[in-house]
Amino acid sequence: MEALRLEFNIDGDDFQAAGEASSKTKRALKKLGLPPDTIRRVAICMYEGEINMVIHANGGTVTVEVDETAVKITLADRGPGIPDISSALTEGFSTATNQIRELGFGAGMGLPNMRKYCDDMDIKTELNVGTTVTMTVNF
Amino acid sequence: MKLSDVKTILDAKIFCHDDLLDEEVNSACGSDLMSDVLAFVKNQSILLTGLNNQQVVRTAEMMDMSCIVFVRGKAPEASVINLAEARGLALMATELTMYQACGKLYAAGLGDT
Repeated sequence: MEALRLEFNIDGDDFQAAGEASSKTKRALKKLGLPPDTIRRVAICMYEGEINMVIHANGGTVTVEVDETAVKITLADRGPGIPDISSALTEGFSTATNQIRELGFGAGMGLPNMRKYCDDMDIKTELNVGTTVTMTVNF
Repeated sequence: MKLSDVKTILDAKIFCHDDLLDEEVNSACGSDLMSDVLAFVKNQSILLTGLNNQQVVRTAEMMDMSCIVFVRGKAPEASVINLAEARGLALMATELTMYQACGKLYAAGLGDT
């Protein structure tokens, strides 16, 4: 397996463009020949993460690293931080605005979905400093 | 059934990728909440939705779907059509409500698994 590293800047002001990095990653992983189930899990985890960054943190950076056994996704932002991680991981808990809900997101499924589809998730967050979410999908 | 059958059953208009009309589809789902689609959908080929923005295309793309059907007569905007065209997804629109559209497809044998 060829190692791969991708880096993206996520624009926090453009909701419609959210997901472009996940789309590019999905296509790159297909070219690498990863199993379809792995690719879909990575795509969902990263896409929810991208949406979260745009909704809550005014954008950030995403790094995708592929090695022999796993895909590691690191989402780093300089947003407001997560005051209560336990609540944020609860299905249905959301602090998103009605405007975001009208766009089909903000139902409190983002972080729970990310945790569901990856094999390992780590959240480091500090109020008014930012949040870094690291997810690993094994294959 | 084929995507062309879906188009006929729903009396739908197709906006892009009519080259996929011969493709076999085995199941569908209906939702306006994209996070629910990402959370609960398994291998469905068609997404029926009343939501009309680019994130619907992104969600279908992440889930490896082949077609989106907009219900309640919502024609997709040019930006949505362009994105679906680029990502290889067929887009259709029907005047039927979500309930009617899902019901007709289900009754015609298109299940959810």
